[in-house]
Order: sequence, then C-alpha cells, then structure tokens
Amino acid sequence: MHPAPSLILFTVLSGTGFGLLVWLGFGLSAPLGLAAFILFGLGYGLAGAGLIAAAFHLGHPERALKAFTQWRSSWLSREAVLATASLAVMAPHAASSAFAATPLPLFGGLGAVLALATIFATAMIYAQIRAVPRWHHWSTPPVFVLAALAGGAMLAARNTLAHWLMLALAAAMVAHWVAGDRRFVQSGSNTGTATGLGALGRVRLLEPPHSGRNYLLREMVHVVGRKHAHKLRLIALGFGAIIPALLLMLPASYGTITLALVLHLTGMAAQRWLFFAEAEHVVGLYYGKR
Amino acid sequence: MTTLPATTQKKLGLVIDLDTCVGCHACVISCKGWNTENYGAPLADLDAYGGNPEGTFLNRVHTFEVTRETAPPMVVHFPKSCLHCDNAPCVTVCPTGASYKRVEDGIVLVNESACIGCGLCAWACPYGAREMDGAEKVMKKCTLCVDRIYNENLPEEDRTPACVRTCPAGARHFGDFSDPDSHVSKLSAARGGFDLMPEQGTAPVNKYLPPRGRDTLDVPDLASMCEPAPKTAKGFLGWLDRALERL
Repeated sequence: MHPAPSLILFTVLSGTGFGLLVWLGFGLSAPLGLAAFILFGLGYGLAGAGLIAAAFHLGHPERALKAFTQWRSSWLSREAVLATASLAVMAPHAASSAFAATPLPLFGGLGAVLALATIFATAMIYAQIRAVPRWHHWSTPPVFVLAALAGGAMLAARNTLAHWLMLALAAAMVAHWVAGDRRFVQSGSNTGTATGLGALGRVRLLEPPHSGRNYLLREMVHVVGRKHAHKLRLIALGFGAIIPALLLMLPASYGTITLALVLHLTGMAAQRWLFFAEAEHVVGLYYGKR
Repeated sequence: MTTLPATTQKKLGLVIDLDTCVGCHACVISCKGWNTENYGAPLADLDAYGGNPEGTFLNRVHTFEVTRETAPPMVVHFPKSCLHCDNAPCVTVCPTGASYKRVEDGIVLVNESACIGCGLCAWACPYGAREMDGAEKVMKKCTLCVDRIYNENLPEEDRTPACVRTCPAGARHFGDFSDPDSHVSKLSAARGGFDLMPEQGTAPVNKYLPPRGRDTLDVPDLASMCEPAPKTAKGFLGWLDRALERL
C-alpha cells in the first residue's frame, strides 16, 4: 500500500492527541489552570491537526460532512463520529479545568471513553480490510491503541504508566510484524485463486493490461522502499518504544521527556511508514507484483 | 445506507468465457467509450499525449500463462471488471453512503455526488475493480451499463452492457443469476463457472468459465521426423549410388 504522508501524519499525530485526551479525561492527570490550558490545547491541537491532515487525503473534502452518516456499517464513518463526539463531550471538562480550576469528571470520563473508541476505530479502518492480509489481523488494533496511549501518557507526564505502555507497545509491534510476515500466505490468495486457473497449472502474468501506470498500482502495489524494512523495524522498535521506555526510567526532566517524545514520534512515523509500505494488497496478484 | 441488502430481487451479472476470449481489448475500449459519454463523470485520461499516459478504465484485460505438467503451456486472456459481489466489501466501508448495492437488481453503484474520494472502497476490493478518476477525484466502477440495459431508447439488442454487445468472440454474456433458467445460469452450470478469489468471502455474482481442454492429436513423435535426412550424393556419384543400391 502507498504510504501517503497525510495518512502517516494523521494516524501518528491524531492518535497521540486522542491518547493524551484519554488520560486527561479519566483524570489520571488532572492539571488545572494554565497547565490544563496547555495540555488540553495540545490534545485538541494534535487530534485536530491529524483530522485536518486526513482531510487533505480526500478527493472532495468539501463533502466531508457526509462521512458522518454511515456509522452503522463503516469504520471510517464511526471514526469521524467518535472523534467529533469525543472532542465535543470533553470540551466542558477541558474548559472548566482550565478556566474554573474545576474538573468535570462525568464529561471527562465519557470523553475519554469516546477518545479511546476513536483510536480503536482508526485501527479498525485498516484491520477490517481483508484484501490486505497483513492488516486483517487482531494484532493491528493493539499497535494503534498502545501507541496512542503510550504517547499520550508521556505527554500527560504519567511517566511510570508511559514506561509500561512503551514496553507493551514494543511487544505489540513485534507481534504485528511476526504475524504479519505470514499473513499473505495464510490468506490463501495467490495467482491461482485470483485467476481461478490454479487447478490447471502454474499461473504467471504474461502481459499486463496496459504498459503505463494506473491508480491501482500507485495506491495499492507499492513495491519500492521495502528493502530497508529490517532497519526501519529496528528504528521503529528502538526509537518508538524501547529507548523512550528507558528514558522514562531516568529522573524526570524536561530534557529527557522531550528527547523521549521526539524519538517516540520519529519511531512511530517509521512504524506507520512500514505499516503501509509492507502491506501487500491481493490486487497485486493480477499484476504479477506483491 | 451502505449496509448490504439481505437479498436482491435479481442478480444481474456477467459470465466471462476464458476459453473464448481472444484478448482483443474491444470490451475495454467500448466500455471506456460508453461510460465516458454517459452515466456519471467521464473517465479521465491523464498525460494522454505525453510520456506517461494513463487513464481510468472500468474493465481491463490481463493475459496469463499457465504452465502445465503434462501439456503445453496455455495463454489465457483474462478480462476483469467489477464482479457485483453479493457480499461486497467496497459497499460497507463507504463512510458517506455513496457506494450501494441495488435491491432490485444487485448492481453495485457509486453515487458520485456523495463520494468524498477517500479511496477506502478501492482498498477494500480484492479485485481492483474500482479506480479513482484522476480528474474528477471520485470513485469510478463498472455500472453493468445501467444506462443501457433498461434504456428503451435503444434497440432491444443494444440493451446489454457495452462490453457484452461489442465482444467479437462472444466471450461475454449478461443475464440474471437469480433465475436458474437464465442463459447465464445455465451456461455457468454447464461449463463449471467459478468465482475469483472465493477465499476472500466476497461471493461474486460474475462467473468465469475455465478454458476447455485442448484437443490432442494422435501424431507420431514429431522429433523423430525432424532427424536430418541421410546425405545423398548428387550428379554422377548420386546415379552410381542409386544404381548400386538397385543391384
């Protein structure tokens, strides 16, 4: 799959933002006054920036409001509804914490649940797609949810919590990679089933339908750039989870936390890049590519 | 609503005969011609006269080679368009309701004025049947020529999808699979019509007919007939050779 920068930015930034709002909403971190203003501002800013980045991915962003209608069947629509609902429900809690120094746990708690559901819905947009076997697996949502919660906990200055979440995230990433490497074969789809000619013999593409590129190849058959997959996995694992987890064990200071945060976001960007670049869509079978 | 209907009154679809298709791409061209001028946004061509031309097509013909154990390899031309799946994954992922499967005839369509161009339906389709138009930025797909098959302004013989109408080999057939006595149902049953990627759980309506086994001639070992002819001398020596042979 094509690793679109807008999608990588969206999933990383928005995920971290909603992760922060989860902890602020549950009151695990209960800042008041200016601190609340800054932290809630950060949460709303990251979540909002991600949503705006995602809108740039659309061919017709002016019709985006229609995406709130199909929550009964579509995870993308559910994500839109949940994201908006979570930001709206959290708002009284955020405003009251910042300006009246009075948290409103009811709004906060409900908003946190919705924020958590938003992160899960984002993951399910990918995990539901059976045509991309690497994504269509239980190990996809834990990576998204733990990445968001770990990054959010770090921003919320819950260092012990963030430390353990980082380690859990590392385990989730490894599980996703290990399981993912076998998923295409496990899906049972191959050129034989794609053409239905597998019973006759060994099938290979003789001539593609056209000599040029097309939308399908650009969007779903991304074969370049996988050669550094191994190194990028190490970067994602090290920068994204292990090193931040170690830094969080040090005595807390702005320096170590900032460093941990920058490393974590860099690592997660690498992880998301791989998440798309390594994912093979079965349509590649019709083009002799995977 | 982008939930799928539990059942559809008809199941309109195609039978594509891989035994008969000659790979001429006429269906590709007639499809593009009709669908550029009719239903929905035209099918864009990008950089049509430049170095990297590409375009939106609803139907494309791939060509595969099958290497067989005991028989010569086989070349199979393979037209592919939307299969109008009963369990269409492209429909349920749509966040706006632009994608839908019609209850009356089972055709999967896109309401282009509601499409936000997110591309998720194209991701969900295992067959690559949906393409985002490069100019209009809305999702394009086979409509089974919904503007032909019910069109009473056309002569009756033209009320089939453009690809079926144009196929010079008769490799494409259009009909209602919900009727067991329809032409397409009987053809599919008689020839062992199969689904593409059944393991993806899409329950496609369109069926493909496998290539028939090729005839085998009872011929002597051709290689032995290709052995070089024994050298025979010409001229006087040749005459001498033949004369001595006759003795």
